[in-house]
Amino acid sequence: MSQLIEDRAVATDRWTLLRDAHRLADLPDGVPVIVPLALWLAERPVLRARADTGVWLAPDEDPAALADDVGALQVIAIDFPQFTDGRGYSSARLLRERYRYRGELRAIGDVLRDQLFALAECGFDAFALRPDRNVDEALAGFDDFPGVYAPTSRHPHPWFRRRDPAASGHASGCERERRVTDAAALLRSIATCHAPAAAGGGSGPDRGNADCTGTR
Amino acid sequence: MYRYDTFDHAIVAQRVAQFRDQTRRFLAGELTEDEFRPLRLQNGLYIQKHAPMLRVAIPYGVLSAQQLRKLAHIARTYDRGYGHFTTRQNIQYNWPHLEDVPAMLGELAEVEMHAIQTSGNCIRNTTSDPFAGVTADEVVDPRPWCELVRQWSTLHPEFAFLPRKFKIAITGATDDRTAILVHDIGAQAVRNAAGAVGFRVAVGGGQGRTPIIGHVIREFLPGAELLNYFDAILRVYNRYGRRDNKYKARIKILVKELTPAEFTRRVEVEWEQLRGGPGTVPESEIARLAAHFAAPPYRDLQRNSLAHRAALADSRPFSQWAGRNVKPHKRMGYAIVTLSLKKTGVPPGDVTAAQMDAVADLADRYSFGELRVTHEQNLVLADVPQSDLHTLWRKLKRLGLATPNIGLLTDIVCCPGGDFCSLANAKSIPIAEAIQRRFDDLDFLHDLGDLELNMSGCMNACGHHHVGHIGILGVDKNGSEWYQISVGGSQGLQASLGKVIGPSFAAAEVPDVIARLISVYIEQRHADEMFIDTARRIGLEPFKDRVYVATH
Repeated sequence: MSQLIEDRAVATDRWTLLRDAHRLADLPDGVPVIVPLALWLAERPVLRARADTGVWLAPDEDPAALADDVGALQVIAIDFPQFTDGRGYSSARLLRERYRYRGELRAIGDVLRDQLFALAECGFDAFALRPDRNVDEALAGFDDFPGVYAPTSRHPHPWFRRRDPAASGHASGCERERRVTDAAALLRSIATCHAPAAAGGGSGPDRGNADCTGTR
Repeated sequence: MYRYDTFDHAIVAQRVAQFRDQTRRFLAGELTEDEFRPLRLQNGLYIQKHAPMLRVAIPYGVLSAQQLRKLAHIARTYDRGYGHFTTRQNIQYNWPHLEDVPAMLGELAEVEMHAIQTSGNCIRNTTSDPFAGVTADEVVDPRPWCELVRQWSTLHPEFAFLPRKFKIAITGATDDRTAILVHDIGAQAVRNAAGAVGFRVAVGGGQGRTPIIGHVIREFLPGAELLNYFDAILRVYNRYGRRDNKYKARIKILVKELTPAEFTRRVEVEWEQLRGGPGTVPESEIARLAAHFAAPPYRDLQRNSLAHRAALADSRPFSQWAGRNVKPHKRMGYAIVTLSLKKTGVPPGDVTAAQMDAVADLADRYSFGELRVTHEQNLVLADVPQSDLHTLWRKLKRLGLATPNIGLLTDIVCCPGGDFCSLANAKSIPIAEAIQRRFDDLDFLHDLGDLELNMSGCMNACGHHHVGHIGILGVDKNGSEWYQISVGGSQGLQASLGKVIGPSFAAAEVPDVIARLISVYIEQRHADEMFIDTARRIGLEPFKDRVYVATH
């Protein structure tokens, strides 16, 4: 059972993910379910009438297939069979930015801490973390960076439109200043604790020369 | 050059912190090898034959003297006292210790440098013209655009896990020194009839095991739309590029399989949706970035002063050097100087820490504290007063950086090869050296004129052998190292791919084979005809005949 993160907090998951449901008969009664796209497309009228039904997309499934359903769906999940398969990031942005989907957008599959920041920027707001990982520690992943330069779903205006507070309505100046100060302090601390030992004078350890193989 | 603001600093600092924590979790067993690999690669860290290798980004090849001193310090402190400049204008360290890498990144951050996205299946460092801003054939200074793309591509959240690596090159000159047609995206800045800046965009070029010349998919893209259009290209690639076979995962294969026309159509459809949106670049932003690349405080100098002409007349070695390694500057009385990293006996592109420190001092003294790295693995001082050339030459000679061979046969482009790289099938550095030793007569070399010899130790083509006038590729035959020779490749706007002349050769035969190719050229050339032009005119046969009839 994966562990759900919603709004940057550990949450209880009321949805059941059905990876292999092929027919309506596969759906349990009265339980909120997330069904494969193929089943949704095959049984759309019935499923739209059913309470609490979401859809999940495989990486190669086109989110355009849900363009007419975005208003009706409470949850759309996008599967990451491996975290290195980046197609789901584009699917997410298309759902959010092109098809104006406003419901829950959930990352499922090989979902790990080191991808949470980028996933959130692309419009995901729910994350079914892989069950073998520590969900409390993973939450720190959302703060990996102060932001990015490119336009994203989370910040539709790129950094060059946000950097000047007079030029846009996105200026959360205080927060940004605080982060920049934090980061500068962090940088100093890293540089200090890794400064090469001053002992031995000047040029630092010239390690490795002894076994240099002679190409230089 | 571009200077970081607080946001840039924060991103790089937090990247260092993130990687430090990822390394800690890997060492603690919280991340598996397979999970850590893509993360470390996106921070430029490879595991090589002897040790890890750290590749540091030099955005579009521009370096300050202060940054070069830091690179020297890192070479001395964490490596074996040298670094290797690459064909993508970056620098590699071949002997760092894994546990030192976060500290190295921390030191780099102090001088506004990093190793972000220098490897991995993401958008890599953008490369550009090493003569940007100083060359007379420039239509648009590409550096502000490169910086725009550097920022956009850094941590772009949608494109962190592409099917394969993605390399962008941007030039703004009529003479292409950036090899734009062998990049995933090659963008050439141009002006339309109204004088507005735009880009001619080529996609799907590349070397590697399937070399392809890029297809121009748009003749004029308005500059303001650059990022929207790049987003469209990357999105089409991210969604539809092959992920089932890493050898077929580059965008060039997608362009080929869809056909350039269909690929272009998909990009244009995607761009229609993004066009004019928030990613559109306002003129004010380009102006802000361009201000970072304002011309240095040039003095009013005389062109070809009496003293300079006298120095040229007095010393043949100096005039030989000036003829090859010095190029005209757009500003009167200034010159562009290329420092050759192709001295015989030194692996192409390698520089010692002492040389780096000395070059940093020379940059401060003679070139406004700035220098460039070329994709041909040399360094450039871009703003040298002509009147200082003779003094600079003498100092460079003492440093071993004044070999007068830029653009000549011995200015060999070469990957680290089997001596270092775990991908290589064969060594490349000793072959380069053997060729340099064979052709050690400067007058002969100068008489041969422009001749690009490129060598790669494997089909990944880091040494750009496909676009060498003469290309050498290391291949593995039943466990031993052999070399395949091609003729007729070239970079530039008329880029072409070299054709293999026939069966491969043993290492010891290679210098002889090159000599035979050269002899065909000498016999057949018309007056002032370059090797590549002769090769194009006479075709492969005369070269084949000479090489194979004579040796087999």
